[in-house]
Amino acid sequence: MVALSELRRINEFEWEIPSSFRADMRVPVHIFATRDLLEAIAQDKSLDQAVNAATLPGLVGRVLVMPDMHQGYGFPIGGVAATQYPKGVISPGAIGYDINCGVRLLGSQIELDAVARELDELAAALDRHCPSGVGQKGQYRLSNKEMEQVMLDGAQWALKKGFASEADLRRTEEFGRMPGAEPGYVSPRAQSRGQDQLGTLGAGNHFIEVDVVDRVFDEQAAQVMGIAEGSLTLMIHCGSRGFGHQVCTDYVSSFQGAVQRYGIDLPDRELVCAPMDSAEGKAYMGAMHAAANFAFANRQVLAYHARQAFEETLAGRVKNWHLHQVYDIAHNMGKVETHQVEGKAIKVCVHRKGATRAFGPGSPGLPSEYQKIGQPVLVPGSMGTASWVLVGTEGSMQRSFGSSCHGAGRTMSRSKAKQTVRGHELIRELKSQGIHVQAGSLPGLAEEAPQAYKDVDIVVETVVRAGIARKVARLRPVAVVKG
Amino acid sequence: MIATKPAGFEEIAHTADWSLRVWAPDLAGLLEQAARGMLELSGIRLEAGKRIRRRLTVESTDAEGLLVNFLAELLHLLEQEELAFDQYELAVSENVVKANLEGARVAEHKKEIKAVTYHNLKIVKKGAQVEAELVFDV
Repeated sequence: MVALSELRRINEFEWEIPSSFRADMRVPVHIFATRDLLEAIAQDKSLDQAVNAATLPGLVGRVLVMPDMHQGYGFPIGGVAATQYPKGVISPGAIGYDINCGVRLLGSQIELDAVARELDELAAALDRHCPSGVGQKGQYRLSNKEMEQVMLDGAQWALKKGFASEADLRRTEEFGRMPGAEPGYVSPRAQSRGQDQLGTLGAGNHFIEVDVVDRVFDEQAAQVMGIAEGSLTLMIHCGSRGFGHQVCTDYVSSFQGAVQRYGIDLPDRELVCAPMDSAEGKAYMGAMHAAANFAFANRQVLAYHARQAFEETLAGRVKNWHLHQVYDIAHNMGKVETHQVEGKAIKVCVHRKGATRAFGPGSPGLPSEYQKIGQPVLVPGSMGTASWVLVGTEGSMQRSFGSSCHGAGRTMSRSKAKQTVRGHELIRELKSQGIHVQAGSLPGLAEEAPQAYKDVDIVVETVVRAGIARKVARLRPVAVVKG
Repeated sequence: MIATKPAGFEEIAHTADWSLRVWAPDLAGLLEQAARGMLELSGIRLEAGKRIRRRLTVESTDAEGLLVNFLAELLHLLEQEELAFDQYELAVSENVVKANLEGARVAEHKKEIKAVTYHNLKIVKKGAQVEAELVFDV
């Protein structure tokens, strides 16, 4: 275990594990955290996992970890690592099984006061329209040809099918479609798992949440995004479902042989990797992009059904019940981007596992309205606590490969949460706080209790004070749907 | 627990995912215990009716790969066919597992496992037993 005494304090919000800490580290590990957060992080094995991540071949700069960091498998959750393109490696385990797991935020002009009595009904309608829970299948069964189109076109497939508007796509990372998807590199098993899961939320920590904008910190940015104090927003957190899980499973398995072929020695088999310019690396990139496109399409179809739930519940009761897209971000992805490293612009593959892309003002790939304010960074909380809308900064571009945090970050094990929290009591407690919950599984809900997470406000304060994000608005949950 | 039972499994605390310690006298037993542990974590209850039999052959280059691939096959059958098993007859030889499984359709499935990981996975010999720690992505 890494002892806190072995960390070098840079300032109140930043720490470093030097590359001299262990002989096989290729770069240092840079941690964004307060002393208190660091002490919480040090309770599990996440710092050791960050040190292991620093051994990947072809790394540039430093491995970064966000304040919501916690223990995962192989690579820590909250980790960011950039490898030189195309000679460096790509590691499926450093992206995660839920490829392009991400968050979508929709804004509205609906005032909370106008719909306070309809919140239970709204939560029930969202639950009905957006299938969630273990093994839940969607209402669409895609043919092989349609699956191929989803893999190639992502949310743009949804636009052609009438599930999206041009405005939705414009405000989606990569405009809802990763180029470079290669369906031929996706196994038949992965495709078959995806065929009946489009438009489903899944289980675990995935959710749909209605929030109210509690406080606006940046009026100009909030206005550009179309959100205002007292109005409702809708947040969708999910990813590529069984399709992405299978793609990652397939490539973590096949890369076990690749590391031997390329003479790569790693401290953990879950970190297996292959050079991006190798046949194995190219195959995974093609399959990963296909899974990312499936996730973009999935969140888009869920947003379509969430809009139906809003219409069904609120049309005729409030003046304008429509939901407009604020942004859709990925927080489990490997992306080839250009960043400044030691004064030179170089192409790298940024692995973000539980970390959000946070491009600053003027970055390529942002819609024109976000060019001035920077990319929206969506940080969900933990059901009972706040969620945040931030934006990327020049600091995130210079210091964190255009990345920031992705959530509150767990601090309590699932087994302890199960022992200490009862699902039905949690529902009652949240209700007393004005939060209406629809849950498919009470034990599953207990594992996701707010007390199992860090304080999201402190996590956000840390990235803001470290200069890798800026506050726009704080959201407060009023209705939650969980699988 | 390990000292008193020749084969078994127990949950280990993990911040974000689920983890199991599994032990048995041999590799075939270890695979069976891991399968039973995985189904218990998932909150599986089988239908009381018709029994279903399946044969599986799983290959890998090493014992850890056999364990991961075997469990991944069971997850696949669980998700795609809503099938789970409570009777295991496993034969392990030279990087191949041949399994005769008996079970039923799933009546209840409380929690989802996304994948079986290789995270720090090493099957080790401890006295008369083999042991491994598994991490599942949930």
